[in-house]
Amino acid sequence: MEMEENLFSNSHVIEKLDAAEASQDQISAEIAAVHAEYSKGVDDGAAEETQPRIDFRPYRSSLLRHPTKDPHHVDPETIELWSPAFGHQDVHALESDLTIQHNGEPMGERIIVRGRILDGDGHPVRNQLVEIWQANSAGRYIHKRDQHPAPLDPNFTGVGRCITTDDGSYEFTTIKPGPYPWKNHYNAWRPAHIHFSLFGTDFTQRMITQMYFPGDPLFALDPIYQSITDPKARDRLVATYDHNITSHEWATGYNWDIVLTGSNRTWMEDEDAE
Amino acid sequence: MSEQKLTATPGQTIGPFYGYALPFEKDNQLLPPGMPGSVRLQGTVTDGAGETIPDALLEIWQADADGNIPQRTGSLVRDGYTFTGWGRTAVDNVGNYTFTTVNPGPTEEGSAPFISFVIFARGLLNKLHTRMYLPDDEEALARDALLSSLPEDRRRTLIATREADGGLRWNICLQGEDETVFLTYPGA
Repeated sequence: MEMEENLFSNSHVIEKLDAAEASQDQISAEIAAVHAEYSKGVDDGAAEETQPRIDFRPYRSSLLRHPTKDPHHVDPETIELWSPAFGHQDVHALESDLTIQHNGEPMGERIIVRGRILDGDGHPVRNQLVEIWQANSAGRYIHKRDQHPAPLDPNFTGVGRCITTDDGSYEFTTIKPGPYPWKNHYNAWRPAHIHFSLFGTDFTQRMITQMYFPGDPLFALDPIYQSITDPKARDRLVATYDHNITSHEWATGYNWDIVLTGSNRTWMEDEDAE
Repeated sequence: MSEQKLTATPGQTIGPFYGYALPFEKDNQLLPPGMPGSVRLQGTVTDGAGETIPDALLEIWQADADGNIPQRTGSLVRDGYTFTGWGRTAVDNVGNYTFTTVNPGPTEEGSAPFISFVIFARGLLNKLHTRMYLPDDEEALARDALLSSLPEDRRRTLIATREADGGLRWNICLQGEDETVFLTYPGA
């Protein structure tokens, strides 16, 4: 890929904006304070939160990038009650295997990630686009702004797509991503994760999220993961190791189901059948 | 309205490193530039300090010029003929975005045409929904249920301006004095 040379010729330049002023202790104390306030609120009868806070001070980049006014509640109209349609000409079947995109085997632990996409009413999200992207096994993205000195893998781009099946299932074969440092604060490291992009039957269900791996020691330290104040909601982003998905002498297996919000459209049993 | 049986998975930030994943060839061209009926839709995305954001990603979804909701596949392949109604673009280094599209028609008689937007960005922990209304049919805008429910200074954040060449300009402010009105829907 010709772009790579251009993008990575100066890959060890550390920009000055790497200020990293706050310590992990400061960030962790800020996370603990928000969570304690949330827990007290729930104890006092406040509703449980299911989504991340968009105003979450420990994640420094969120400070100037979150709306300060409450979102306006509206009933979806016409176009919002539908999602764009994707088909098999949009996505080749092999795009769900991130390990065969180049001339050799990528480095790292080969994994299979499988799950179902459902809406809040339990209906499968059928024939819809799922996109993933991730760092390689060394924790490095192919991106000009990812400057940390972990190796790029010439056999791994870290991008995949698929179209869900009739029961809402998706499956990817990939490599377990590594954790990587970022510049939120001093010694900040992200837990290993895979980014997921999803569409539902309504455009109101559009979602981008991150799947994490069970038992990651970095969970407690990560302000992006901890921006979800409720532990039950945080757990929804963690995949389950599944030995039934693990395959003999080939790959370890994880299961992760994704729930979008409920559809506001009248749902018909065969509406997505083609 | 149906009762919610399952709790939605939390969203998360798109992060800064989606560059190889989500952009695709001609992603911001719902139809080819220069095709009869095409308009340029452009604007900026700014933060609470008024600075433009270089790592946001926008998606639009809209009716065609006759107000029909497209249900044709092919958004990721862009054959140059099929209007799928959906587009995606990363903002550029200085926070500008551009789409080539058509003016959507009203989906119902007399309704105010709009384009549905979703915004993702580094630093933005969950997606944001909003609408960009066309400025032309003032009567329809005055009748619109959403716009009518907003105070005047908030209402104008959802209405694009028409440029001399027929294009549309609409700026998105994530925070600050001109903060765009963002939307939530039942069940969210």
